[in-house]
Amino acid sequence: MTEIRFTIDGRACVAKPGQTIVEAAKANGVYIPVLCHYEGLKPVGSCRICTVRVAGRFMAACTQPVAEGMAVENTAPDLEDMRKSLIEMFFVEGNHFCPSCEKSGNCELQALGYRYQMTAPRFPYLWPGRALVAGTPLLMLERNRCIQCLRCVRGVKTKDGRKVFAAVERGARVTIEMDKKLAGRLSEEQARKAMDLCPTGAILRKETGFAVPIGRRKYDHAPIGSDVEKGTGR
Amino acid sequence: MTMAHEKDIVLNHPKDPAALLDVIRDVQARSGRVSEEAVGRIAGHLKLSEAEVRGAVTFYHFFSLDPRGGSTVYLNDSITSRMKGRAAVARAFEEEAGCLFGDVAPDGKVGLFPTSCIGMNDQEPSAIVDGVVFTALTPDKARAIVRGLRAGTPARDQVTSTGDGANQSGLVRAMVVNNIRKRGPVLFGAHEPGAAIRKAVAMAPEQVIDEIKRAGLLGRGGAGFPTGLKWEFCRREKAAERFVVCNADEGEPGTFKDRVILTELPRLLFEGMTMAGYAIGAKTGVLYLRSEYAYLRDHLEAVLADLRKEGLLGKRAGGREGFNYDIVIKSGAGAYICGEESALLESAEGKRGEPRDRPPFPVQTGYKNLPTTVNNVETLATAARILVEGAAWFKAMGTTQSAGTKLLSVSGDCERPGVYEVEYGLTVAGLLEMAGGAGAKAVQVGGPSGTCVAPAGFGRKICFGDLATGGSIIVFGPGRDIFEIVENFMEFFVEESCGWCLPCRAGNVLLKKTFGKVVGGRGTESDLRDLETWGKLIKSTSRCGLGQTSPNPILTTLKSFPELYATKVRKDEGSGPAFDLTAAIQDGCAAANRQPECKESLHD
Repeated sequence: MTEIRFTIDGRACVAKPGQTIVEAAKANGVYIPVLCHYEGLKPVGSCRICTVRVAGRFMAACTQPVAEGMAVENTAPDLEDMRKSLIEMFFVEGNHFCPSCEKSGNCELQALGYRYQMTAPRFPYLWPGRALVAGTPLLMLERNRCIQCLRCVRGVKTKDGRKVFAAVERGARVTIEMDKKLAGRLSEEQARKAMDLCPTGAILRKETGFAVPIGRRKYDHAPIGSDVEKGTGR
Repeated sequence: MTMAHEKDIVLNHPKDPAALLDVIRDVQARSGRVSEEAVGRIAGHLKLSEAEVRGAVTFYHFFSLDPRGGSTVYLNDSITSRMKGRAAVARAFEEEAGCLFGDVAPDGKVGLFPTSCIGMNDQEPSAIVDGVVFTALTPDKARAIVRGLRAGTPARDQVTSTGDGANQSGLVRAMVVNNIRKRGPVLFGAHEPGAAIRKAVAMAPEQVIDEIKRAGLLGRGGAGFPTGLKWEFCRREKAAERFVVCNADEGEPGTFKDRVILTELPRLLFEGMTMAGYAIGAKTGVLYLRSEYAYLRDHLEAVLADLRKEGLLGKRAGGREGFNYDIVIKSGAGAYICGEESALLESAEGKRGEPRDRPPFPVQTGYKNLPTTVNNVETLATAARILVEGAAWFKAMGTTQSAGTKLLSVSGDCERPGVYEVEYGLTVAGLLEMAGGAGAKAVQVGGPSGTCVAPAGFGRKICFGDLATGGSIIVFGPGRDIFEIVENFMEFFVEESCGWCLPCRAGNVLLKKTFGKVVGGRGTESDLRDLETWGKLIKSTSRCGLGQTSPNPILTTLKSFPELYATKVRKDEGSGPAFDLTAAIQDGCAAANRQPECKESLHD
């Protein structure tokens, strides 16, 4: 297989044919922030945090395949500010109260907020009213924290391929629905996987919590992305 | 409306998830809603989760989990409808029905709902009642419709006079008028029926593509991609099957030119689709027809049947051995986003109309994941004429970059609203003269996603490279409030965003909120800077064309009418006027459970 040569912020990189910019960047030790992206799931480009610029055009690095000679801009100040804007937009779109959240320290949105040194969001809060769904035995869906990354929609299916989570409504009214009947039949392992897939604290395993105390969690010691930058990401 | 019936409706469809929208459509038509029970039944039959079924029902405006009434009125909510007296018509509907818009009357017989532009902007206010289009409504007509429905007179029997041309035919019987104001040489030129198909099949497919490429035909939906090149890309893909998909989902508010083509020139369109099929090597063409134009479906099916009888479709189409080609019609269900080609394909496959990521492009992975060329109605009809008359004939019209003619839908404050086939390069001023729009304060070229042009820009040309447009032209007279227009457009984008990506889903809400703050006199200069910066952010980071153009109403008016915005805002000083005392008091009342009952009509 021939290697593709390209650059990220001027740095020479190589990629395998078919790799997306995000995948290739990671393999070259370059961190491009992602939120909806999850290894092993089909990319959907819903959060747009991974937006990069190639030849003056903006594109989502998680869905765009690398091409020979591509010059990717990843850390230009205006790009980084756009990403910070999008992170802030997530915080005003939902209701995110980190101190009381089971996922604090393991939450990718919170970790990105820290990495981008977000203080107060530049946008007005929307304070949506969102119902919590807890009518299934193993899981609860805390929609206040949902960022609609569609990881659960893509990753949690029954053996015959039915989706346990699905998007309903459209536009600003879109919410993720947990299929009550199918969610009721999830195994312990599937339920755990659903919670782990969720980048925030929207999908939670019931009856357990704070097994690892705050302060000793994934992002409490090193910022999100530092594993990739150290080359230990894979 | 018994449950047994509904069960049969579901079971009559193939056990294939691709049938999802067809099943939902039938159930909705039968029962006026898709009940919990129906959701379960559909999920079981198609092997989907109930959440997925609900996802599809709630995505489309004309489907509903809740009852929409025995009869349902969908009143157009476009800016032109509002300019032509929508508020009074809406009030009449509400008074007669006994419920507000967004609700069903207490007796359950009538439901009233607003809807995005239904393609009747030249004859507003208009509404769709149980699939039947009512145009040029007045408060009296609105009351009569509701009274008639209550008395058991079906909507179709309330059509007492029909429009011109094919609108009078038994299969259409619509009060819609064509308003063809200017017949140009391309679409409305004399055309010998079947000539394009017969000429195409006598050539090699590559020659057909070459002719279209030489003509410089650019996509008429507005994006302007070279049609010949698209066909060539599609033909080059190695695949067992390829498709032609015609995008008849014109949803840009203010556009209705495809409706006129579908009504008066369906044969020309189908000739274009057939010739495209021959060029790319397809067996099937799919016409994706927006739900608002469902009243044309029988008419279109009849034309297809004629073409089959004449040997222009079907086995050995056009008499060409080995060319077996037919056209099927698929219906939309009320979603502007489905005009985006990849969202249209998702919808045609029976799913939520959410755009796909590109690459791969539809020419590589399109309908049913096979190579597909998606072309606009006008593009295909134009291609048919090019093949007959020749590339040189076509190129002699228009400008160097934009060859040929364009069909424009003109509405708003002008004496002669309707469709105009004009050569590219016509100025806005020239069009205003033709349509009788003297003294216009602004002209919206390309609909809400296009450009708001102030008088200083009336010398600009309608063509690619200057004012590119899918065909929507709305004229605003001297008395119009630019801010009211912008607000209507932003409401439209918030309503029609599919919600997939963050910047479009939340960004447009934030943009609209801050715009409202400015217009309400509570903004400062920094809010204007925010509008511009956020608008650019949404345009740069959104996933598809909807989000990439949705801030245009604000961005283009900030540019065309800076003085209007300047009068609305104060300097950035102190705490500024952002604090809204009235809203704060209302919030306080609500928190203390002292909110006085307040019913607001949706049409205000």
